[in-house]
Amino acid sequence: MTPARKKRLFLIFLMVAGVSVGVGLALKSLDENIMFFFTPTEVMAGEAPPNKLFRMGGMVVNGSVSRPGDGLTVQFDLTDNKQQVTVRYAGILPDLFREGQGIIANGKLNERGEFVAQEVLAKHDENYMPPELAGMHKEGEVQQ
Amino acid sequence: MFLWFHKLGSPPHFYRIAGKWIPWLTWIFLILVAAGLYGGLILAPPDYQQGESYRIIFVHVPSAWMSMFIYVTMAFCAVVIIVWRMKLAEVVLISSAPIGASFTFLALVTGSLWGKPMWGTYWVWDARLTSELILLFLYLGVIGLHNAIEDKRVAARAVAILALVGVVNIPIIHYSVEWWHSLHQGASLTKFDKPSMPPSMYIPILIMALAFQFYYALTLFHKCRVELLQRERNSKWVKEL
Repeated sequence: MTPARKKRLFLIFLMVAGVSVGVGLALKSLDENIMFFFTPTEVMAGEAPPNKLFRMGGMVVNGSVSRPGDGLTVQFDLTDNKQQVTVRYAGILPDLFREGQGIIANGKLNERGEFVAQEVLAKHDENYMPPELAGMHKEGEVQQ
Repeated sequence: MFLWFHKLGSPPHFYRIAGKWIPWLTWIFLILVAAGLYGGLILAPPDYQQGESYRIIFVHVPSAWMSMFIYVTMAFCAVVIIVWRMKLAEVVLISSAPIGASFTFLALVTGSLWGKPMWGTYWVWDARLTSELILLFLYLGVIGLHNAIEDKRVAARAVAILALVGVVNIPIIHYSVEWWHSLHQGASLTKFDKPSMPPSMYIPILIMALAFQFYYALTLFHKCRVELLQRERNSKWVKEL
């Protein structure tokens, strides 16, 4: 390789390294804004912004889904297996919403510490399987 | 090997070789895409939660992979352009951009169509979706910048720098679902872990990914041939054609 080419290769390397460090630092400082949601533990610890809309993600606690009052409002508990927060929501739930499913709710806390959601999104995990196999998994859990 | 590579770098030689390969690539692509779609849409079982809707994965995941693969190829060409000033690399870089942009667009659209029934929304500004959208803008930037500069050789060098700056986005897209809480799920297929789906589902995805690679190669060859003819229209070998 000629010296001129070596120099150009080195300059490229320097440029890519520089841009990477710059972007890395920018993302690091924006970390909280890129985080799509808070976990119930973070919400209970008061890390979520008060009186402002934020997203909370977790699993719907088994057996916690109920429709109190008018039948339009859904109430359920959301957990990250450490803490849980009660969520109230009036609106259409996505197809994947069910007990034990990961969801993300957008809303704010009311004075009773309940999370009043304006939007509920289902979070799908990376597991895909045929229905027969899923049936076997459930039975396995019951036996345990 | 080096000699072969060196020869391939000469425009008339590449023009001839590419012309010979195109019919083969087309056939392999057609066979693979037929096999992948049959495996994905007919043989593969429905998902236990999403039912039939998950089948968009057979287009979505391979096109998302291609969107990143093509960008990395372009970045590699960019290094060759800046260091070695190789003409063929310039042609490959600029011919790849529209193909990469199309795959990125396809990944965004298919993901969005899946997102509405499954997540409950077409679009959210989470890290994975946003970084993939930035990738689309990078591709469009490369195309726009190339068209804005009259002298093709100067244009290629400018575009190479843009492509190299943009390459930082690739690891961000890949790791976005691990670094941040995102609505987009993590990877089901990774190199090191056991895939979190049965073979009847991931084999069609891999076949489709291979099919898309061949599609990229064959469109790239077509576009490169056209680009070469345009650039070298005054040279002896083009006049002799």
